[in-house]
Amino acid sequence: MNFLPLWRYQNQLIDGAIVTLELTVISALAGLLIGIAGAVALKGRITPLRWLVRGYIELFRNTPSLIQIFIVFFVLPNFGLKLPAFEAAAVALSLYFGAYSVEIIRAGLDSIPRSQVEAGQCLGLSGWQVFRHIILPPALRNAYPAVTSQFVLLLLGTSLASQVAADELFHVAGFIESRTYRSFEVYAVICAVYFAMAMSFKALFAIVGLAAFRWPRRR
Amino acid sequence: MALVEIRDVHKTFGKVEVLKGVSLDVEEGEIVTIIGRSGSGKSTLLRCINALESVDSGEIRVEGQTVHARMPDLKKFRQRVGIVFQAFNLFPHLKVERNITLAPLLTGRIDKAKARALAADVLTRVGLADKIDAWPEQLSGGQQQRVAIARCLAMAPHLMLFDEVTSALDPELVGEVLKVMEAMAKQGMTMILVTHEMGFARNVANRIVFMHQGRVWEQGPPAKLFANPETPELASFIASAK
Repeated sequence: MNFLPLWRYQNQLIDGAIVTLELTVISALAGLLIGIAGAVALKGRITPLRWLVRGYIELFRNTPSLIQIFIVFFVLPNFGLKLPAFEAAAVALSLYFGAYSVEIIRAGLDSIPRSQVEAGQCLGLSGWQVFRHIILPPALRNAYPAVTSQFVLLLLGTSLASQVAADELFHVAGFIESRTYRSFEVYAVICAVYFAMAMSFKALFAIVGLAAFRWPRRR
Repeated sequence: MALVEIRDVHKTFGKVEVLKGVSLDVEEGEIVTIIGRSGSGKSTLLRCINALESVDSGEIRVEGQTVHARMPDLKKFRQRVGIVFQAFNLFPHLKVERNITLAPLLTGRIDKAKARALAADVLTRVGLADKIDAWPEQLSGGQQQRVAIARCLAMAPHLMLFDEVTSALDPELVGEVLKVMEAMAKQGMTMILVTHEMGFARNVANRIVFMHQGRVWEQGPPAKLFANPETPELASFIASAK
């Protein structure tokens, strides 16, 4: 076991980790927006839109993420949409994360009692005001643990983007391995980096959760 | 013209007709208490007055305006008609001050500079000025219900509806809520209450309305109604409530 040959590749490893973080954060933010919009559509009255969202959820939750990335990267160019590797992976992972987020946020919205909505309506608030100020904050709190778990799964799942040659951490690892032939050392190091990033995010989410959702829980 | 005019209102849920032709007038400044057994349609009637439920037929008018769920200025109407629920329905993620000022701020009734003063004022009226920075979860049931009343008062309603507001409270907490309602009655607020608190109904209400099987079965001044019920149904209800 010799880790020293890897030292000269430290900049590539750092760059790969940064790309992994960017891919994760961009996909999570976009996926979260998709999740909120999808959850609202699922609870709405427009039946065709509900079917559309339901179809999207089932499609993206029941097919491999790798194939989703391949379709965006290799198939969409046939229809005139050619995206670079990073962007293609970001689009596919956003849709993947969004499909899970829709269900998580919908469950969060469902957890808010109807009486809270009525209390808001009875004070003369509009539908949007009730949603924004009364339903959404506690719904997000209820959805938060599941969303953050999904975020960590997304972080680990970004390694699939290496298959379309996006310069993320796993792709960089493959490159270093091909140069050094130190498979164990390379994958041990990136495993430690993924672990450190995942644990750091968990700690961050715990702090953010405490700051954002300060109100006491129901006894 | 009465403040609230209810004419031959019918309301059905599925196959169950809950209101079977209810007619009732409530004058400005009047305190009307609706009593009756569970399932007699009391709460449904209150919810119809506030357009939380639409009537199937008949008409409800408040301040001359016909009430229904699709009325064009429903939001403005609801600012004039406050309703307090059995389960308080405070917003758990907002402190007491924000619970009270959220609607006045969002509806443009007050600006931010006056928000805290408004909250302090209505909290003083319900005896909870020191709880302005508390979370709802930190309050007792009685205190939460008083904050719910204060939240309605902040909208300066012309009419207040109370839907069994003491039913979910421990017996020792009922008195503090009734005291607040009694003070509001003395200040001339028009109130329609659904309650099982017979003592309160007798002492505070101008008129008692007994509902039975979806109809107004009997109504009149408390002293007369409790002393000389005209129908066996009301006599039996009063006897069972003692």
